[in-house]
Amino acid sequence: MNVPKALRTTAVLAMAVMVMLIAAGCSNEVSVLNPKGPIAEQQRDLMFLSTWLCSIVIVPVLILSAIIIWRYRDKKDRKAAYEPNWSHSTKLEVIWWGIPVIVILAIAVITVRSTYALEPSRPLQSEVKPLTIQVTSLNWKWLFQYPEQDIASVNMLKIPKDVPVRFEITADSPMNSFWIPQLGGQMYAMSGMAMTLYLQGDELGKTWGSGANFTGTDFAKMYFDVDTVTQAQFDQWVSGVKSSSPALTEDGYKQLAEPSASKVLTYSSFPKGLFERTVTKYASAHHHGVSGNETDGKPEHEMDGKSEHEMDGKSEHEMDGMSMNH
Amino acid sequence: MLERIQNFASNFFVTGDPLIYGADVSIVLTLLAVVGTLTYFKKWGWLWREWLTTVDHKRIGILYILAAFLMLFRGGVDALLMRAQLAMPDLHFLQPDHYNGIFTTHGVIMILFMAMPFMFGLFNVVVPLQIGARDVAYPFLNSLSFWLFFAGAMLFNLSFVIGGSPDAGWLAYPPYSELMYNPGVGQDFYIWGIQISGIGSLMTGINFIVTILKMRAPGMKLMKMPMFTWSVLSSCIAVIFAFPILAATLALLFLDRYAGAHFFTLDGGGNPMMYINLIWMWGHPEVYIIVLPAFGIFSEVVATFSKKKLFGYKSMVYAMMIISILSFLVWAHHFFTMGSGADVNAFFALTTMLIAIPTGVKIFNWLFTMFRGKITFETPMLWTMGFIPCFVIGGMTGVLLSVAPADFQYHNSFFLIAHFHQVIIGGVVFGYFAGLYYWWPKLFGFKLNERIGKWAFWIWNIGFYVCFMPQYALGLMGMTRRVVTYSWDKGWWGLNFVSTIGAVLMGIAFLFQVWQIVHGVKHYRRNLDTTGDPWNGRTLEWSIPSPAPAYNFAVIPHAAELDDWWEEKLRKEQGNAGSQVKMMLEPIHMPKNSGIPIVMAGFWFMAGFGFVFHWLWLAIPGLAGVAISMLVHSFNYDTDYYIPVEDIERTEAEIRQVTHV
Repeated sequence: MNVPKALRTTAVLAMAVMVMLIAAGCSNEVSVLNPKGPIAEQQRDLMFLSTWLCSIVIVPVLILSAIIIWRYRDKKDRKAAYEPNWSHSTKLEVIWWGIPVIVILAIAVITVRSTYALEPSRPLQSEVKPLTIQVTSLNWKWLFQYPEQDIASVNMLKIPKDVPVRFEITADSPMNSFWIPQLGGQMYAMSGMAMTLYLQGDELGKTWGSGANFTGTDFAKMYFDVDTVTQAQFDQWVSGVKSSSPALTEDGYKQLAEPSASKVLTYSSFPKGLFERTVTKYASAHHHGVSGNETDGKPEHEMDGKSEHEMDGKSEHEMDGMSMNH
Repeated sequence: MLERIQNFASNFFVTGDPLIYGADVSIVLTLLAVVGTLTYFKKWGWLWREWLTTVDHKRIGILYILAAFLMLFRGGVDALLMRAQLAMPDLHFLQPDHYNGIFTTHGVIMILFMAMPFMFGLFNVVVPLQIGARDVAYPFLNSLSFWLFFAGAMLFNLSFVIGGSPDAGWLAYPPYSELMYNPGVGQDFYIWGIQISGIGSLMTGINFIVTILKMRAPGMKLMKMPMFTWSVLSSCIAVIFAFPILAATLALLFLDRYAGAHFFTLDGGGNPMMYINLIWMWGHPEVYIIVLPAFGIFSEVVATFSKKKLFGYKSMVYAMMIISILSFLVWAHHFFTMGSGADVNAFFALTTMLIAIPTGVKIFNWLFTMFRGKITFETPMLWTMGFIPCFVIGGMTGVLLSVAPADFQYHNSFFLIAHFHQVIIGGVVFGYFAGLYYWWPKLFGFKLNERIGKWAFWIWNIGFYVCFMPQYALGLMGMTRRVVTYSWDKGWWGLNFVSTIGAVLMGIAFLFQVWQIVHGVKHYRRNLDTTGDPWNGRTLEWSIPSPAPAYNFAVIPHAAELDDWWEEKLRKEQGNAGSQVKMMLEPIHMPKNSGIPIVMAGFWFMAGFGFVFHWLWLAIPGLAGVAISMLVHSFNYDTDYYIPVEDIERTEAEIRQVTHV
């Protein structure tokens, strides 16, 4: 090759720098690899496991490529064999097809099992009763309603430590995705549906979440803080919000739903059934989601967890009523 | 009155952004320069006769590749603008809406108006030569396909100076792409630009399937076909199943926006998720449509530059066919996080992973083609070798993404961005570059400078890793795609800055390639390909002089064996050749040039532009023009001619004379 050595050296150096940067990146800042909750932890383990399994094939292939290219390059006094017509070997091809089949099989088994185990709408194993938070993606802010506490907040979440949180997620805006990297994977927020996502924080302190699916102009302003606190601090925060924050009114919600970014806000109460109405506002358009399945009247999987606890019969009834429209 | 005109103009032309004024000026200057040059040198007639109306597959191929290079430039400038904006936290270089328009057009242009035409260009240039044919099955349709692509691409490209760019992402998910959230004309440019060129793509798919199945040289059984031709066949099969879905999806979105239908709206019974399913039923196969031909190119290049038969030919063929079928069964892996439930996610995770098997087999086969070969490192081979590690790593991250529960963490993050750029740049772009360098001498009759090419190769590769490896890390740090900016406290700036440097390096590498081509054209006499077979090739295209004469083969070859030309050369060495050389020349049946395709595409452009602005007074005449063009063509019986034997003899003598200087 007549490309100057300098250039090739640069290539090697650049790769070394990259590796160092990535290694350096594996500190606290790499949120996904530094989980603060059981879901994110299992997902991280799964990521490592699948990476490791893939490497079984990838690393030897990369080494083999380098060796083959080096050994069989055309040079004057080379000793390596040259067999221009050697183009088939059943034995080798069986190995070629076999190795990927085995590795993919292994990954497949793990994937299927974990897909069921980590299905986001599956309640978490816990002694503690889950806390429900209703999440609405608005243009371009997040509204969090705490139905049991009857308070609401915008662009900030406070959750008690070691308590499973049952997020019910919808959108009053284009499709978004609700993601708190250190607690666990994301879930789409879609109009006309209420998706369920269970997460749990088991470390005190702040982390953050964001909208992960593009929704327009101020999409990049949809970050929010997530504060994991003790149960006592949480209760204190709730009563603080109760006593010092304004109430969210119907008009207030309409204003909130107008396209614009927002700072952090808290509300001492919100209109009853606001979340359910947001969902059903669009639900008649769909044949799935919160409106339930017409044939047997049972809600579909997104709402499966619902029957187990707090969802009051009234709003469920209302939703089923809505579904009669189509 | 004046006020109304001003009002109209300020809506019609995009105003208020200095970057766009700059673009306006450069567009006008370029147009003036082109028109001026053509007029000064009196080349309009030449341009019309030789290029704009041509039905010669080789010239259409060159037009495609030229357009693809221009689009690579446009998409690359978009990429650099984005990387400049993301280089540091809290930058205000681009406003959010401008940024949204840029990433949307970057995606659309790179996939649909760069990769697709580049691919079709290579199809056109190579397939007929490789199968011993004189043209494609439907030369008129071929020309029409090109001009439809061109009309669509131009319509789409106009959007950023007239009316405003689409800004809903490259797949335009509703409801964001519906009138409710996106009232401007940008999305309509998107719909019509893609729709018009998509019709062209579908026709190309049909054209090449027929060409390959019906026009192979005598003796060339399917299982004796060169690997690139196989890859074209598998890709075209995917095209004819995927593109109708795209056409229907865009038509429904258009009806929503134009006629107030409610297919994908939130109200009136619409369902946005339907669109997302449909668009990915096209979108996922599309990725394989563009990468399969690259696999074909690597197969040709590896065999040629290892001077060895391709290892595991049959495996390769089966692997390709399996990939083109499986590609239709994986679309839902693009939205594991949509809550379809564990059953659906498990199914699509498995089908997605399955694709890794045939793909892995292909990598092994290429490696073992090199094994016990004699490898030389000309530029096409370099790109092929650069492809292997890049694609292997990209493929691995693809498998990681397909692990559904883990995908909940990768989805829509920069990890995903890094993955698909790695497979698409590493697979598709590197592949097409390898193909372009490989077949360049066949196309133009001279070789490009290898030294500049190697610089380009190395800078591209370094730039690639510097740009995209940090993005994997950024994804794991929680950075999501399509954010216009981020704050200091996220700790993302270092890696973003490095990534931007990588993007600039790739931009520089592109300039090296441009320089290489300019240099090659300037000094073409120095590097003439006098043999027609500069790489010591294996397949039929290398058996004829470079550049190939209009009729390709003076005598249709007989191709009894795989790599027939290679075998023929061996036979010559042993003194057994010439068995088929002394065949009688006969008059050659050729298609006549036609101006109808470019005129018809012009009418499509008119119609599309009319629909974008809701100007029926323009759209209806446009559609009428399309219909009239078809009618005129259907009554045109003067579509072919014969090249007499004397002309063939004279041409052959001239070429041989030149080639034996």
